[in-house]
Amino acid sequence: MRKRTSTPGIRPSDITPERVFHSRRALLGAGFGLAAAGVVGGRAASAAPATGVLPFTLDRADSVADRPNSFEDISTYNNYYEFGTGKSDPAREAQHFRTSPWSVTIGGEAEVRGTFHLEDLLRPLPLQERIYRFRCVEAWSMVVPWVGFPLRDLLQRFKPNSNAKFVAFKTLYDPAQMPGQRVPVLPWPYVEGLRIDEAMHPLTMLVVGLYGKVLPNQNGAPLRLIVPWKYGFKSIKAIVEIQFTRTQPATTWSGAAPNEYGFYANVNPAVDHPRWSQATERRLGGGLFAPRIPTLPFNGYGAEVASLYRGMDLRRYF
Amino acid sequence: MRFTRWFLKPAVFLACLWPALRLAAGAAGWHGATLGADPVAALLHGAGRWGLNFLMITLCMTPLRVLSGSSLPLRFRRMFGLFSFFYLVMHLLIYVVLDQSRDLHAVLEDVLKRPYITIGMLALAMMVPLAATSTQGAMRRLGRRWTTLHRLIYPIAVLGVWHFWWQVKRDLRQPILYAAGLALLLGYRYWRERRSQARRLSVSRLAATDGA
Repeated sequence: MRKRTSTPGIRPSDITPERVFHSRRALLGAGFGLAAAGVVGGRAASAAPATGVLPFTLDRADSVADRPNSFEDISTYNNYYEFGTGKSDPAREAQHFRTSPWSVTIGGEAEVRGTFHLEDLLRPLPLQERIYRFRCVEAWSMVVPWVGFPLRDLLQRFKPNSNAKFVAFKTLYDPAQMPGQRVPVLPWPYVEGLRIDEAMHPLTMLVVGLYGKVLPNQNGAPLRLIVPWKYGFKSIKAIVEIQFTRTQPATTWSGAAPNEYGFYANVNPAVDHPRWSQATERRLGGGLFAPRIPTLPFNGYGAEVASLYRGMDLRRYF
Repeated sequence: MRFTRWFLKPAVFLACLWPALRLAAGAAGWHGATLGADPVAALLHGAGRWGLNFLMITLCMTPLRVLSGSSLPLRFRRMFGLFSFFYLVMHLLIYVVLDQSRDLHAVLEDVLKRPYITIGMLALAMMVPLAATSTQGAMRRLGRRWTTLHRLIYPIAVLGVWHFWWQVKRDLRQPILYAAGLALLLGYRYWRERRSQARRLSVSRLAATDGA
């Protein structure tokens, strides 16, 4: 299961319940282990749009009651600058993005390190569906039924040591496949990060699916982060690297425009973006005349996460 | 002449209306037309973009006349200018009615607090007297002052491109393109002005020498 590493890794015996094993089979069939398909159908096969159904259980306790946006809205309108800066660019340009084979390097301040095949990383993790609010820093929002698992369930298996104060994530750098990376709009590759307690928070998710199906390429397949109380740009896509670090990682947007985007980027109606208000948002899907709705502190997840920031000046650490 | 009035002008008029019709079709969902997941943003940005486009097209007419030697472009200048005004008024209405949900308090706060909205509003306000004095009658009544007044179009265009530049999040390629186009159009006028001044000066010097 390990690739190019000598660190003691996660043994196949880590797989316990049979259900999980079956879900892994389903994942393979659904498009994660597309090596075989790649041989048969070549590029077109591995680029097949995400249609595979994922096995999951609905996590009602962590889901909001708001009505989810349509699959169409979620999969045709988003920011993913690796595939262009227009909102509809990713849906078009990511069609042929190869998400298999995919490996993720995990390193830094942890006992277990190495580069792993994605399917091996996912194998022991049962999938949950969680309906989360998604608030973009541009003041629009959606409600999205993600399929994934708590990030901490993955991170804990790598036994981070006491020096691990932050977790840094990196997106794939592949300008041949990601046309947006041929333009220096942002420094590539995209890097994001969380404080370790944020990363270990049960609401923080790694996502592999949407609406019960394999995550569409344009939404960050095969593996993306979702931190529902932070602005969307924190939720990095197409993750190839996860590092436990001692110091706060230099993240992409906060480095590109430090006065406009902070490291924390918690949704906060009281702290405006220098060029626009964050007090309200347009919930997409309501049609032309839907009024703006007030933005909630921590995107409505304050009860769960506000304690992480007790005593911090959120105007300064925006 | 008759061809221009009865055929060319109506055809250009309809062409100028086309972007508005497409946006309206998308908003109404005619024949499966759609504006995507965020129709308000699509309308807002569509109208703003076409307002700016027509502003640039308007500014192209004078250079086109000089370079082509034909006066035809000047016969379309007013139409393009008014279409620019039309799209930008739509832009403002979409912003107030749809984007800000008619919350005038929020609009006022935006105008006062957010410089890119302040300069956008200022530019549109400056266009009002130009639109109001676009008739033949107004031209006649104002005489030479009409030309002076309508030079406002230059600062308006600068503010318009600036407004566009300032609200872009990161990818400045489009605003840079507009700024370069505008620099070219204004630079051309400056160059011509300088040249004709120099010529006038040398002609008067020549006349002075002749008189001696």
